[in-house]
Amino acid sequence: MNREIRNKVFDIGFRIFGIFSTFLGVILIAIFISSIVQAGFSKIDWNFLTGLPSRFADHAGILTAWTGSLWILALSAIIGIPVGVGAAIFFEEYAPKNSLTRILEINLTNLAGVPSVIYGILGLELFVRSFKMGSSLLAGACTLSLLILPIVIVATREALRAVPQSIRQASFSMGATKWQTIWHQILPASAGGIATGVILALSRAVGEAAPVIVIGALAYVPFVAESPLDDFTVLPIQIFNWVTRPDPEFIVNASAGIIVLLSITFLLNGIAVYLRYRWQKKMKW
Amino acid sequence: MSQNESSISFDFTDRAKKVKLEAIGAHVYYDDNHVLKDINMIVRENTITALIGPSGCGKSTFLRLFNRMNDYIDSFQLSGQVLIDSQDIYERNVNVENLRKNVGMVFQKPNPFPKSIFENVAFGMRIRGISKKTELEGIVEDALKNAVLWDEVKDRLQKPALSLSGGQQQRLCIARVLAVKPTVLLMDEPASALDPIATAKIEELINVLKEQYTILIVTHNMQQASRISDKTAFFYQGQLIEYEATRDIFINPRKDLTERYITGRFG
Ligand SMILES: Nc1ncnc2c1ncn2[C@@H]1O[C@H](COP(=O)(O)OP(=O)(O)OP(=O)(O)O)[C@@H](O)[C@H]1O
Ligand SMILES: [Mg+2]
Repeated sequence: MNREIRNKVFDIGFRIFGIFSTFLGVILIAIFISSIVQAGFSKIDWNFLTGLPSRFADHAGILTAWTGSLWILALSAIIGIPVGVGAAIFFEEYAPKNSLTRILEINLTNLAGVPSVIYGILGLELFVRSFKMGSSLLAGACTLSLLILPIVIVATREALRAVPQSIRQASFSMGATKWQTIWHQILPASAGGIATGVILALSRAVGEAAPVIVIGALAYVPFVAESPLDDFTVLPIQIFNWVTRPDPEFIVNASAGIIVLLSITFLLNGIAVYLRYRWQKKMKW
Repeated sequence: MSQNESSISFDFTDRAKKVKLEAIGAHVYYDDNHVLKDINMIVRENTITALIGPSGCGKSTFLRLFNRMNDYIDSFQLSGQVLIDSQDIYERNVNVENLRKNVGMVFQKPNPFPKSIFENVAFGMRIRGISKKTELEGIVEDALKNAVLWDEVKDRLQKPALSLSGGQQQRLCIARVLAVKPTVLLMDEPASALDPIATAKIEELINVLKEQYTILIVTHNMQQASRISDKTAFFYQGQLIEYEATRDIFINPRKDLTERYITGRFG
């Protein structure tokens, strides 16, 4: 009897705590977003979106920053997706299950927890200096690809594992080779899950400031990048730069920049959610 | 042809038919688990052979010997020989992909690919480099007709295979196998997940397929075995206890164990 009451109290207690935590998060984000929108929304116009950076707050635009972010997004996708998905396929479908692969796996999951600044330092040494890429878009994208690699690999492996064994068996029994089975059956069947993970990883890459600052991306880039070897800046750096200025007018600019950045990441996350939904509906085994 | 034949089979009726499948002194181990013990068996061309026996006796393992699907089980070990058309299929130079083109398999649970009906049947062709649309369409249509599914799906070939009923899915899986024109069909309880009407359809289909294929079928359904098969092999604890013409097994089994099993009096 006593026990039952105690369980009930715990039950109710946890429910209240759960609801409280959820609302706390939602409310804080809502307050943050609404104050940002209030501060910056009026600033967003054609001039702001197509303007070059400037010392004067009311002239300054974010053209180089958002085009830089799109460059980074595209290049990271081109570099990170094949490498990450390839590694996941190797682990899931090819690698023998021995202690070496297990150690690799554990390290891989740990990599997801390494602070992004560290990736920046790695990128600085490896891509900027050793490979002589300079502080270019390419170096930035390579660095961010490394950063998202663990996320892409983990998400892809999960999606691959969700494909039932019976599909593999059916394919092999038809005389398909391993690669044909992966290409024709497993990848199409897991594409939705892989895409979801990849997009979430990319939205992380777009939002990072620290690693790109470390590899030497500049806040002041007065031209739109035309090739992967050009210098660049990205939205988070531009925002960071403006936030640190004493002039309150720049805070308005920073808020407007944040709105643009958030729009990009929300859009990406929205696509991810949509793909996951579609995939779950289609793949009911 | 082989010395094992006389000791195993006294069935003189279809001696004229060519030997298609042969197991010679086959032993299978999964680690220390000895699951098939000295199996000697000859299967002739264009016949249906039913494999019966209690759960875990090794029927599926035996079936999978002929398309080497056991190879994916890490602990699997085979000694002895398994021959198809007098060729040892476990020899080193055997191309497993080509072997499986010749030896199709239908599983217990229908397992169509999460693709369209058309693509399911076309898959075996696509992985062999055939991509011409007209050619594929012809093959797909023939295969679906042979699997007696064409009339039910001809208007919705582009619909997902998973939208079909279980019985239709299983016939689709048969069509998928027939499309690559094998000569041997391995069926592991192909009707056990289906209702009686769908089961009857599959049985009917199997009977027709016998004309062109050599069929091995695992079944737990004694009536089914006696209805469709020419010969029946009774396995018990990894041993081939009795292998005779089906009517002999069911009317006049030679071993006490066989009789107890087929009459359902099993201790
Ligand atoms: N993948 C595997 N790994 C290890 N042992 C296995 C594996 N598959 C089957 N076995 C073992 O091999 C023996 C024979 O199994 P098999 O599946 O061939 O039996 P079966 O006659 O088909 O049974 P059922 O009628 O239940 O399908 C069983 O003892 C089983 O536990
Ligand atoms: Mg079985």
